[in-house]
Amino acid sequence: MIPGSFDYVVASSISDAVSLLQQHGDEAKILAGGQSLIPLLRFRLASPSVLIDINRIDGMEYIQETDNVLHIGAMTREAELDNSDLIRERYPILLDTSSLIADPVVRNWATVGGNLAHADPGNNHPATMLALGASVVAVGPDGERVIPIDEFFTDNSFETTLHPNEILTEIRVPAPTDRSGGAYIQLERKVGDYAIAGVAAYVRLNDAGQVTYAGIGLTNVGPTPIKARNAEQFLLGKALDDASIHQVADMAAAASQPTSDTRGPAEYKRAMVRTLAVRALQKALGRATGGE
Amino acid sequence: MSTHHIHVTINGTAYEGDVDSRMLLVHWIRDGLQLTGTHIGCDTTSCGACTILVDGKATKSCTMFAVQANGRQIMTVEGMEQGGKLHPLQEGFHEKHALQCGYCTPGMLMAGLALLQRNPNPSEHEIRVGISGNLCRCTGYVNIVKAIQYAAEKMQDSEELSVPAQVALAREASNGD
Amino acid sequence: MATEVFKHGLGEPYKRKEDARFIRGEGKYVDDVQLKGMLYGDIVRSPYAHALIKSIDISEAMKVPGVVAVITGKDLDAAGLAWMPTLSGDTEAVLALDRVHFQMQEVAFVVATSRYAAADGAAAVEVEYEPLQVIVDPKKALDPDAPLLRPDKKDKQPTNQIYHWETGDRTGTDEAFTDAEANGIVVKQDMFIPRIHPAPIETCGCVADYNKTTAKLTVWLTSQAPHVHRTLFAIVAGLPEHRIRIISPDVGGGFGNKVPIYPGYVCAVVASLTTGKPVKWIEDRSENIASTGFARDYHIHAELAADKDGTVKALKVHTLADHGAFDAAAQPTKFPAGLFHICTGSYDFKHAFVDVDAVHTNKAPGGIAYRCSFRVTEASYLIERMMDTLAHDLGKDPAQLRLQNFIKPEAFPYRSALDWTFDSGNYEGALKLAMKNVDYEGLRREQAEKRARGELMGIGISSFTEIVGAGPGKHFDIAGIQMFDSCEVRVHPTGKILARIGVQTQGQGHETTFAQIIAAELGMSPDDVDVEHGDTDTAPYGLGTYASRSTPVAGAATALAARKVRDKAKKIAAYLLEVGEEDLEWEPGRFFVKGTPGKGKTIQELAFAAYTNCPPYLEPGLEAVNYYDPPNLTYPFGSYICVVDIDRGTGQVDIRRFMAVDDCGTIINPMIVEGQIHGGLTQGLAPALYEEVTFDEDGNILNGNFQDYLVPTAMETPNWETDRTVTPSPHHPIGAKGVGESPTVGAPQAIVNAVVDALAHLGVRHIDMPITPWKVWNILKEKGLTAD
Repeated sequence: MIPGSFDYVVASSISDAVSLLQQHGDEAKILAGGQSLIPLLRFRLASPSVLIDINRIDGMEYIQETDNVLHIGAMTREAELDNSDLIRERYPILLDTSSLIADPVVRNWATVGGNLAHADPGNNHPATMLALGASVVAVGPDGERVIPIDEFFTDNSFETTLHPNEILTEIRVPAPTDRSGGAYIQLERKVGDYAIAGVAAYVRLNDAGQVTYAGIGLTNVGPTPIKARNAEQFLLGKALDDASIHQVADMAAAASQPTSDTRGPAEYKRAMVRTLAVRALQKALGRATGGE
Repeated sequence: MSTHHIHVTINGTAYEGDVDSRMLLVHWIRDGLQLTGTHIGCDTTSCGACTILVDGKATKSCTMFAVQANGRQIMTVEGMEQGGKLHPLQEGFHEKHALQCGYCTPGMLMAGLALLQRNPNPSEHEIRVGISGNLCRCTGYVNIVKAIQYAAEKMQDSEELSVPAQVALAREASNGD
Repeated sequence: MATEVFKHGLGEPYKRKEDARFIRGEGKYVDDVQLKGMLYGDIVRSPYAHALIKSIDISEAMKVPGVVAVITGKDLDAAGLAWMPTLSGDTEAVLALDRVHFQMQEVAFVVATSRYAAADGAAAVEVEYEPLQVIVDPKKALDPDAPLLRPDKKDKQPTNQIYHWETGDRTGTDEAFTDAEANGIVVKQDMFIPRIHPAPIETCGCVADYNKTTAKLTVWLTSQAPHVHRTLFAIVAGLPEHRIRIISPDVGGGFGNKVPIYPGYVCAVVASLTTGKPVKWIEDRSENIASTGFARDYHIHAELAADKDGTVKALKVHTLADHGAFDAAAQPTKFPAGLFHICTGSYDFKHAFVDVDAVHTNKAPGGIAYRCSFRVTEASYLIERMMDTLAHDLGKDPAQLRLQNFIKPEAFPYRSALDWTFDSGNYEGALKLAMKNVDYEGLRREQAEKRARGELMGIGISSFTEIVGAGPGKHFDIAGIQMFDSCEVRVHPTGKILARIGVQTQGQGHETTFAQIIAAELGMSPDDVDVEHGDTDTAPYGLGTYASRSTPVAGAATALAARKVRDKAKKIAAYLLEVGEEDLEWEPGRFFVKGTPGKGKTIQELAFAAYTNCPPYLEPGLEAVNYYDPPNLTYPFGSYICVVDIDRGTGQVDIRRFMAVDDCGTIINPMIVEGQIHGGLTQGLAPALYEEVTFDEDGNILNGNFQDYLVPTAMETPNWETDRTVTPSPHHPIGAKGVGESPTVGAPQAIVNAVVDALAHLGVRHIDMPITPWKVWNILKEKGLTAD
């Protein structure tokens, strides 16, 4: 499994990367962590003529919370999420998410930005970011723009609304409020595999215990990452109890569009969305109300 | 196709050479530099037989281009033994019978080393997670877990043994990033 | 110190000699061989499972920088090498001529100056195909309108049926069933043992180096049977055998995958003969899974007749075997279904009848013995599943049913209904030990409590009997060569030993255990014995390492060669001590004069004398060779107990506990035996819950890589528990039986039985492997038992 030929250039800065993209157009691919791209190149399923390596750009790997927003540099490695005290204490849903991506060795290079920009419905961060109501920052020739995550993925597999000459530079996640919590759970055939199905759930509650925000994202049960909008809407203003959790889990399952493959029949995957949604919501509720 | 002149330090020795853009790091190390202790077992970043340390981080060297390693510090299995003394992990693998055909062993040792650097006293579960990117078809993993536990204990007993020199160097280098 | 610890060598957890190189990254595997001027081969493979080749255009490939040659089937045909014999008497295309029979079949071989250029060249070869109807399901292979998949052999084989084979007493079996239907009980079950792949972490490959000056061909080969491979190369390629040297260096796991000869090897040899340069060919993982020897793929219908009290009477088994495009099963010639008729297992059946129909499909060839003595895995699975099915239908405890029906310890040697002579066994001893270790009764109580609460927990038992160590040579062969094995022991003047063996290690630790055997026979430290293997220019001829035959056969040869050395040493001792041989007594390490323990000679002193002061009536030197043809197979056994919990929300199976009690006779090195069991259990876990090679209806392989072919990681693998009983083989020189494959043979059905047991109260009798979460969930759904 040997990749076809390509040129390789190192981008020294974000603006350098953007001008390299402008220069090479569609023929270029950004090389971030490379943990998905390089296997694709080895199978010759992708054959860009130029790779633009953004691993050498300073200042794209960071995790910091300022002004009630968590800023994650696009080149932040999954392992950094795994090992961050800030993430563990304040954003356990992100630790749930990163720690289920591939394996620990892959996570040393795999990046959060790459996981989103690749827009693989089997990737984990899209569902979690959809649940969290995150946004991403894109930089192009005309400067920077902020894209809400639910406008980032298109209706096509492996496609985003990034322009061909833009790169993703940062992910922004709203900081947790007093009574908020989220969880990501996925079912795998074995550790390291893409999910059979995965569910991210994030809720904010008011003092009365009613849901003021609900986010539910689904992994690998459709052609794209899925945001279960009806389910989210349904929860608003309700208390999270056994009945509502089950009702919303049914709605999440209804939002999924799985197909049958080696990860199981469609019916099973849809049912697993329900099971995982129940478990994720229960865990999210637990975290929102002061439990783990 | 572009060719690049790269400089890489492997196990404390400086290497340089011309590589095509698409040359996989593992092929350059094995075929180019003849450091054949690092192995290849798949094409999909799944098996971990090619695991090495790049700037102190466990890395599947089949999923990195050689040119990406330019200027970086690498450690392979050949760099574990220091001054004729086996690393406690190597010793542990021998003492606990943690290898049979030996093919996955270099990658397992590297994954184990990276794990112990981050977590000097891992639980059994943490060890299993730490080596979950490395497949072994012979041992059933039980004795690999024991070998890493053996090394963890031994390294805690004698701190100076814990990190080979070039790994320490590499960590300093990466901390500076 | 050493002599004290290793007084007898056997039974000591002696640390492995081979580790020293592996832990330093100094192992030498085939892909580590680098020769001056070496070229690289890459294979063009068919994207279709069944198609005619209309044309092959190599012109663009030849323009790729670095490409030296492109070899096609027509080129090979001109040299008479387009076809090669398989281990089952079929012929297999080296490179396809006018037709491809499975996806990923070899079509052309590109030779270039680097791996990269070879890959580019392979991508540039243009092949025009005309797709044909594909047969994936073996049950459809015999339909009257099924296309004939192998027109090349239509004269000998007019349909897609390769063979029908049967054994046993049909009449007696039928009568027993008639009687049971009237007066007892008959249970029937269909079961499918899916196609799996050994998938050693090192794929297959070779470096072929033909030296025109010396006219000698050296091939570094991922080979479990280098001597047989040399002979086959000599016969197929028409090369003089003494001018072929096969070196099987360090091998990164074999498990049966490295027993056959593959087209890539032949192409590399042809390329080296043609170019005069060394040629390396190394498979990638997709090629390994999709094109090299698979295992199992048996569709079984079994029926068991018993008395109402559960005493078993007769067994009847019909099997449909899918051999893929070419019959490349690794089997002794006389037994097309291998040792499948060991399927009466550990139980005292009076009658049995087995038949097997084998067919071609458009899938990769194989049917190799994956950590298995030629279909014993399939046999053991079916009988252990049938015993549980009988227990279920009778409402009996599966452990009690087994204890009731075991062949009793005093019945050995035991002649089975299908004509095997079991050497020794104590089946109830192993099962009772396993039951005690897990507190079987306590587990059953816990299960009952959990069931009352709606929780699903299962306990599965497998009390398997193995059959390993082929020969005897008069019954067993590989490609006609009798299955003996060998050892040569050379004692140097200072008493240090170099031994060479006919078998070859792929991780089993031969360099250690064979040294221990010799050390035990001669009363010295294994430190003083080095063992070599795998190089046909130096090692004595042997049939190779697979089917757990190294210890039973080559291990016996080694003990007997060492005894020959000891016998000669005794003659020298008699000469030096000036007594008759009958006046000498042996204690580990020395002969001494009976009644005068102070007067003696150590084995080292005797070795020195063999070269410096040899009796005039003896040949000088101290060496011996033994070629051992075993009088019978050996029959290791064991009882495994698996405990599972099932997640009602997802259908996931969690193996809470797995206790393996093995009996492999005399143990040479308990540490290595335990390691073999850990690894084998993991390869038994894999097909039970994870692994299966699957195809779509067009014959496209759906999981030909390690992302989708689910080799268990440390996270899926439980913390195996082991224990043992020791029942030596009466006919083996040191009583050893072999252990490598026992756990792979015994484990799957323990796991399946446990899952079925967890669901048995719902009326579930069987679930085919691999037991995926969705198979379990579908059952739960059907029974209305799903939860969150």
